[in-house]
Amino acid sequence: MILVTVGTELPFDRLIRAVDAWARETGRTDVFAQIGQAAWRPSYIQAVEFLAPTEFNRCFTQASVIISHAGMGTILSALRFQKPILVMPRRAALGEQRNDHQMATARQLLELGKINVAFDEHELRARLQHLDTLPVRDQTGVFASNALIAAVRDFIARGQFEAEHAVTLPAARRAPENAAVGRPA
Amino acid sequence: MRQRPIKVLAVSSGGGHWVQLLRLRPAFDGCEVVFATVRNSYRSDLEPHARFRRIPDASMWQKHRLILSAVAALWIVLVERPDVVVSTGAAPGYFAVRFGAMTGARTIWIDSVANAEQLSLSGREAGKHVDHWITQWPHLATNKGPFYHGSVL
Repeated sequence: MILVTVGTELPFDRLIRAVDAWARETGRTDVFAQIGQAAWRPSYIQAVEFLAPTEFNRCFTQASVIISHAGMGTILSALRFQKPILVMPRRAALGEQRNDHQMATARQLLELGKINVAFDEHELRARLQHLDTLPVRDQTGVFASNALIAAVRDFIARGQFEAEHAVTLPAARRAPENAAVGRPA
Repeated sequence: MRQRPIKVLAVSSGGGHWVQLLRLRPAFDGCEVVFATVRNSYRSDLEPHARFRRIPDASMWQKHRLILSAVAALWIVLVERPDVVVSTGAAPGYFAVRFGAMTGARTIWIDSVANAEQLSLSGREAGKHVDHWITQWPHLATNKGPFYHGSVL
Protein backbone atom coordinates (compact mmCIF):
# COMPACT_ATOMS: atom_id res chain seq x y z
CA MET A 1 0.00 0.00 0.00
CA ILE A 2 1.16 3.52 -0.80
CA LEU A 3 0.29 6.02 1.95
CA VAL A 4 0.00 9.66 0.89
CA THR A 5 -0.24 12.27 3.65
CA VAL A 6 -0.32 16.05 3.75
CA GLY A 7 -0.56 16.21 7.55
CA THR A 8 -3.70 17.11 9.44
CA GLU A 9 -3.94 20.86 9.03
CA LEU A 10 -3.77 22.45 5.60
CA PRO A 11 -4.70 20.80 2.30
CA PHE A 12 -1.99 20.30 -0.32
CA ASP A 13 -3.96 19.79 -3.54
CA ARG A 14 -0.95 20.02 -5.86
CA LEU A 15 0.45 16.82 -4.31
CA ILE A 16 -2.87 14.96 -4.23
CA ARG A 17 -3.74 15.91 -7.84
CA ALA A 18 -0.37 14.67 -9.11
CA VAL A 19 -0.60 11.36 -7.25
CA ASP A 20 -4.25 10.85 -8.26
CA ALA A 21 -3.44 11.43 -11.95
CA TRP A 22 -0.45 9.10 -11.77
CA ALA A 23 -2.44 6.34 -10.03
CA ARG A 24 -5.21 6.58 -12.64
CA GLU A 25 -2.77 6.41 -15.56
CA THR A 26 -0.86 3.47 -14.13
CA GLY A 27 -3.86 1.66 -12.64
CA ARG A 28 -2.50 1.65 -9.07
CA THR A 29 -5.39 0.74 -6.81
CA ASP A 30 -3.41 0.52 -3.55
CA VAL A 31 -3.03 4.24 -2.88
CA PHE A 32 -4.56 5.72 0.29
CA ALA A 33 -4.40 9.42 1.16
CA GLN A 34 -4.91 11.67 4.18
CA ILE A 35 -5.76 14.95 2.43
CA GLY A 36 -6.52 17.42 5.26
CA GLN A 37 -9.47 19.75 5.73
CA ALA A 38 -11.34 21.46 2.86
CA ALA A 39 -9.14 19.79 0.28
CA TRP A 40 -9.73 18.87 -3.35
CA ARG A 41 -11.26 15.36 -3.40
CA PRO A 42 -9.35 12.93 -5.59
CA SER A 43 -11.53 10.88 -7.93
CA TYR A 44 -9.36 7.78 -8.29
CA ILE A 45 -7.37 7.12 -5.10
CA GLN A 46 -9.02 6.48 -1.73
CA ALA A 47 -8.90 9.47 0.60
CA VAL A 48 -9.92 10.67 4.07
CA GLU A 49 -9.57 14.11 5.63
CA PHE A 50 -8.00 12.98 8.86
CA LEU A 51 -6.84 9.71 10.39
CA ALA A 52 -6.80 9.35 14.18
CA PRO A 53 -3.27 8.59 15.49
CA THR A 54 -3.95 4.87 16.08
CA GLU A 55 -5.41 4.52 12.56
CA PHE A 56 -2.59 6.56 11.10
CA ASN A 57 0.04 4.40 12.80
CA ARG A 58 -1.64 1.25 11.48
CA CYS A 59 -1.62 2.59 7.91
CA PHE A 60 1.93 3.76 8.36
CA THR A 61 3.25 0.35 9.45
CA GLN A 62 1.38 -1.38 6.60
CA ALA A 63 2.56 1.02 3.90
CA SER A 64 5.43 0.06 1.61
CA VAL A 65 6.11 3.66 0.56
CA ILE A 66 5.20 7.08 2.02
CA ILE A 67 4.52 10.10 -0.19
CA SER A 68 4.06 13.33 1.75
CA HIS A 69 4.52 17.04 2.26
CA ALA A 70 7.81 17.96 3.99
CA GLY A 71 6.24 17.85 7.45
CA MET A 72 8.51 16.72 10.28
CA GLY A 73 5.88 14.48 11.88
CA THR A 74 5.63 12.32 8.78
CA ILE A 75 9.35 12.42 8.06
CA LEU A 76 10.25 11.39 11.63
CA SER A 77 7.73 8.54 11.49
CA ALA A 78 9.14 7.32 8.17
CA LEU A 79 12.68 7.35 9.55
CA ARG A 80 11.61 5.53 12.67
CA PHE A 81 9.63 2.82 10.85
CA GLN A 82 12.29 2.58 8.12
CA LYS A 83 9.86 3.36 5.32
CA PRO A 84 11.05 4.81 2.03
CA ILE A 85 9.68 8.34 1.82
CA LEU A 86 9.30 10.79 -1.06
CA VAL A 87 8.47 14.34 0.02
CA MET A 88 7.34 17.37 -1.93
CA PRO A 89 7.68 20.64 0.02
CA ARG A 90 4.80 23.13 0.27
CA ARG A 91 5.37 26.53 -1.30
CA ALA A 92 4.35 29.77 0.38
CA ALA A 93 4.04 31.50 -3.01
CA LEU A 94 1.28 29.05 -3.97
CA GLY A 95 -0.60 29.61 -0.71
CA GLU A 96 0.25 26.13 0.57
CA GLN A 97 1.97 27.34 3.74
CA ARG A 98 2.65 30.67 5.43
CA ASN A 99 6.38 30.45 4.85
CA ASP A 100 8.86 28.31 2.94
CA HIS A 101 10.21 26.34 5.90
CA GLN A 102 9.26 23.08 4.16
CA MET A 103 11.65 23.98 1.34
CA ALA A 104 14.38 24.47 3.97
CA THR A 105 13.50 21.20 5.72
CA ALA A 106 13.58 19.33 2.40
CA ARG A 107 16.92 20.84 1.29
CA GLN A 108 18.68 20.24 4.63
CA LEU A 109 17.36 16.72 5.22
CA LEU A 110 18.16 15.77 1.61
CA GLU A 111 21.71 16.96 2.23
CA LEU A 112 21.89 14.80 5.38
CA GLY A 113 20.70 11.82 3.33
CA LYS A 114 17.52 11.35 5.35
CA ILE A 115 14.81 11.66 2.68
CA ASN A 116 14.00 11.57 -1.04
CA VAL A 117 12.74 14.89 -2.38
CA ALA A 118 10.74 16.04 -5.39
CA PHE A 119 10.83 19.83 -5.35
CA ASP A 120 7.82 20.23 -7.67
CA GLU A 121 5.04 18.16 -9.24
CA HIS A 122 7.06 17.48 -12.43
CA GLU A 123 9.88 15.99 -10.41
CA LEU A 124 7.28 14.10 -8.42
CA ARG A 125 5.81 12.51 -11.55
CA ALA A 126 9.30 11.48 -12.64
CA ARG A 127 10.08 9.94 -9.23
CA LEU A 128 6.73 8.11 -9.11
CA GLN A 129 7.78 6.09 -12.19
CA HIS A 130 10.51 4.52 -10.06
CA LEU A 131 8.64 4.30 -6.78
CA ASP A 132 9.34 0.62 -6.24
CA THR A 133 13.06 1.24 -6.08
CA LEU A 134 12.85 4.30 -3.81
CA PRO A 135 15.65 3.89 -1.25
CA VAL A 136 15.19 3.90 2.53
CA ARG A 137 17.61 6.50 3.78
CA ASP A 138 19.34 6.63 7.17
CA GLN A 139 17.09 5.27 9.84
CA THR A 140 16.73 6.78 13.29
CA GLY A 141 15.87 5.32 16.68
CA VAL A 142 12.66 5.80 18.62
CA PHE A 143 14.07 8.76 20.56
CA ALA A 144 16.11 11.91 19.98
CA SER A 145 19.91 11.83 19.85
CA ASN A 146 21.63 10.97 23.14
CA ALA A 147 23.32 14.36 23.24
CA LEU A 148 20.06 16.30 23.03
CA ILE A 149 18.34 14.08 25.61
CA ALA A 150 21.33 14.46 27.96
CA ALA A 151 21.27 18.24 27.58
CA VAL A 152 17.54 18.48 28.35
CA ARG A 153 17.79 16.00 31.24
CA ASP A 154 20.69 17.93 32.81
CA PHE A 155 18.83 21.18 32.48
CA ILE A 156 15.76 19.70 34.19
CA ALA A 157 17.80 18.20 37.02
CA ARG A 158 20.31 21.00 37.65
CA GLY A 159 18.57 24.12 36.49
CA GLN A 160 21.31 25.09 34.11
CA PHE A 161 22.79 23.41 31.14
CA GLU A 162 26.26 21.98 31.51
CA ALA A 163 28.68 23.83 29.28
CA GLU A 164 30.43 20.63 28.22
CA HIS A 165 27.23 19.44 26.56
CA ALA A 166 27.10 22.42 24.27
CA VAL A 167 28.53 21.40 20.95
CA THR A 168 31.09 24.00 20.01
CA LEU A 169 30.35 25.64 16.72
CA PRO A 170 33.36 24.70 14.57
CA ALA A 171 33.08 21.06 15.65
CA ALA A 172 29.35 21.11 15.04
CA ARG A 173 29.92 22.41 11.54
CA ARG A 174 32.36 19.61 10.81
CA ALA A 175 30.15 16.86 12.20
CA PRO A 176 26.40 17.36 12.19
CA GLU A 177 24.36 15.52 14.74
CA ASN A 178 23.15 12.55 12.80
CA ALA A 179 24.46 9.04 12.38
CA ALA A 180 27.57 9.20 14.53
CA VAL A 181 25.63 9.58 17.77
CA GLY A 182 24.30 6.38 19.37
CA ARG A 183 20.64 6.12 20.23
CA PRO A 184 18.90 4.56 23.20
CA ALA A 185 17.16 1.34 22.20
CA MET B 1 13.37 12.35 53.66
CA ARG B 2 12.45 11.78 50.03
CA GLN B 3 12.25 14.78 47.77
CA ARG B 4 9.21 15.03 45.56
CA PRO B 5 10.03 14.46 41.89
CA ILE B 6 10.59 17.46 39.63
CA LYS B 7 7.37 18.38 37.87
CA VAL B 8 7.72 18.96 34.13
CA LEU B 9 5.09 20.55 31.91
CA ALA B 10 5.80 19.42 28.33
CA VAL B 11 3.89 21.49 25.77
CA SER B 12 3.57 21.43 21.99
CA SER B 13 1.18 22.02 19.13
CA GLY B 14 0.33 19.18 16.76
CA GLY B 15 1.99 17.18 14.00
CA GLY B 16 5.78 17.38 13.96
CA HIS B 17 5.95 19.46 17.14
CA TRP B 18 4.20 16.68 19.07
CA VAL B 19 6.28 13.90 17.48
CA GLN B 20 9.44 15.78 18.49
CA LEU B 21 8.21 16.23 22.07
CA LEU B 22 7.54 12.47 22.27
CA ARG B 23 11.06 11.76 21.07
CA LEU B 24 12.44 13.72 24.06
CA ARG B 25 10.63 11.58 26.65
CA PRO B 26 13.75 9.85 28.03
CA ALA B 27 14.89 13.30 29.21
CA PHE B 28 11.89 13.32 31.59
CA ASP B 29 12.74 10.00 33.31
CA GLY B 30 12.18 10.24 37.06
CA CYS B 31 10.06 13.40 36.72
CA GLU B 32 6.35 13.90 37.16
CA VAL B 33 5.31 14.87 33.63
CA VAL B 34 2.16 16.64 32.42
CA PHE B 35 1.81 16.69 28.63
CA ALA B 36 -0.23 19.49 27.04
CA THR B 37 -1.05 19.46 23.34
CA VAL B 38 -3.73 20.41 20.84
CA ARG B 39 -5.67 17.21 20.10
CA ASN B 40 -7.27 14.84 22.59
CA SER B 41 -6.57 11.94 20.23
CA TYR B 42 -2.83 12.38 20.87
CA ARG B 43 -3.43 10.90 24.32
CA SER B 44 -3.18 7.49 22.65
CA ASP B 45 0.51 8.15 21.94
CA LEU B 46 1.19 8.12 25.70
CA GLU B 47 1.03 5.42 28.35
CA PRO B 48 -2.47 5.04 29.83
CA HIS B 49 -1.54 6.59 33.18
CA ALA B 50 0.24 9.62 31.66
CA ARG B 51 -1.06 13.06 32.69
CA PHE B 52 -2.56 14.89 29.71
CA ARG B 53 -4.16 18.29 29.12
CA ARG B 54 -5.49 19.87 25.96
CA ILE B 55 -4.48 23.37 24.90
CA PRO B 56 -5.98 25.14 21.86
CA ASP B 57 -3.66 25.67 18.90
CA ALA B 58 -3.26 29.00 17.11
CA SER B 59 -1.08 30.63 14.51
CA MET B 60 0.33 34.13 14.76
CA TRP B 61 -2.41 35.32 12.39
CA GLN B 62 -5.40 34.05 14.38
CA LYS B 63 -5.95 36.64 17.11
CA HIS B 64 -8.94 35.03 18.81
CA ARG B 65 -7.36 31.62 18.89
CA LEU B 66 -4.13 33.11 20.19
CA ILE B 67 -6.05 34.54 23.12
CA LEU B 68 -7.73 31.19 23.80
CA SER B 69 -4.38 29.46 23.64
CA ALA B 70 -2.80 32.00 25.99
CA VAL B 71 -5.62 31.75 28.52
CA ALA B 72 -5.40 27.96 28.48
CA ALA B 73 -1.62 28.11 28.92
CA LEU B 74 -1.98 30.44 31.91
CA TRP B 75 -4.64 28.22 33.45
CA ILE B 76 -2.56 25.05 33.03
CA VAL B 77 0.54 26.71 34.49
CA LEU B 78 -1.40 28.05 37.50
CA VAL B 79 -3.11 24.73 38.21
CA GLU B 80 -0.11 22.49 37.63
CA ARG B 81 2.64 24.73 39.07
CA PRO B 82 5.43 22.96 37.14
CA ASP B 83 9.09 23.25 38.19
CA VAL B 84 10.15 23.12 34.54
CA VAL B 85 8.33 23.98 31.31
CA VAL B 86 9.62 22.34 28.12
CA SER B 87 8.33 23.14 24.64
CA THR B 88 9.07 22.11 21.06
CA GLY B 89 6.76 24.89 19.75
CA ALA B 90 4.78 26.57 18.57
CA ALA B 91 2.23 29.16 19.88
CA PRO B 92 0.86 27.10 22.83
CA GLY B 93 4.41 26.33 23.91
CA TYR B 94 5.40 29.98 23.63
CA PHE B 95 2.62 31.00 26.02
CA ALA B 96 3.41 28.14 28.38
CA VAL B 97 7.10 29.07 28.70
CA ARG B 98 6.24 32.76 29.17
CA PHE B 99 3.68 32.10 31.92
CA GLY B 100 5.86 29.36 33.35
CA ALA B 101 8.76 31.79 33.72
CA MET B 102 6.47 34.33 35.43
CA THR B 103 5.46 31.75 38.03
CA GLY B 104 9.07 30.77 38.77
CA ALA B 105 9.42 27.68 36.60
CA ARG B 106 12.63 27.04 34.70
CA THR B 107 12.01 27.06 30.97
CA ILE B 108 13.51 25.41 27.93
CA TRP B 109 12.65 25.92 24.26
CA ILE B 110 13.69 23.37 21.65
CA ASP B 111 13.09 24.93 18.24
CA SER B 112 11.60 22.49 15.74
CA VAL B 113 13.99 20.59 13.49
CA ALA B 114 11.70 21.79 10.68
CA ASN B 115 13.27 25.24 11.07
CA ALA B 116 16.38 24.21 9.22
CA GLU B 117 17.50 27.53 7.75
CA GLN B 118 16.04 30.08 10.14
CA LEU B 119 14.43 29.95 13.55
CA SER B 120 10.65 30.02 13.81
CA LEU B 121 8.89 33.24 14.77
CA SER B 122 7.73 31.70 18.06
CA GLY B 123 11.27 30.38 18.58
CA ARG B 124 12.88 33.78 18.15
CA GLU B 125 10.37 35.36 20.54
CA ALA B 126 10.59 32.55 23.10
CA GLY B 127 14.37 32.68 22.98
CA LYS B 128 14.38 36.11 24.63
CA HIS B 129 12.60 34.74 27.69
CA VAL B 130 13.63 31.14 28.32
CA ASP B 131 16.46 29.89 30.55
CA HIS B 132 17.74 27.55 27.89
CA TRP B 133 17.21 28.00 24.17
CA ILE B 134 18.00 25.21 21.74
CA THR B 135 18.16 24.86 17.96
CA GLN B 136 18.53 21.49 16.28
CA TRP B 137 20.76 22.79 13.50
CA PRO B 138 24.43 23.61 14.18
CA HIS B 139 24.52 26.39 11.59
CA LEU B 140 21.77 28.28 13.47
CA ALA B 141 23.54 28.15 16.85
CA THR B 142 25.41 31.14 18.28
CA ASN B 143 27.46 31.58 21.44
CA LYS B 144 24.65 33.59 23.01
CA GLY B 145 21.99 31.09 22.00
CA PRO B 146 20.25 29.30 20.60
CA PHE B 147 22.55 26.42 21.51
CA TYR B 148 23.02 23.21 19.62
CA HIS B 149 23.22 19.79 21.34
CA GLY B 150 22.09 17.41 18.63
CA SER B 151 18.63 16.82 17.25
CA VAL B 152 15.54 14.66 17.50
CA LEU B 153 16.68 12.78 14.38
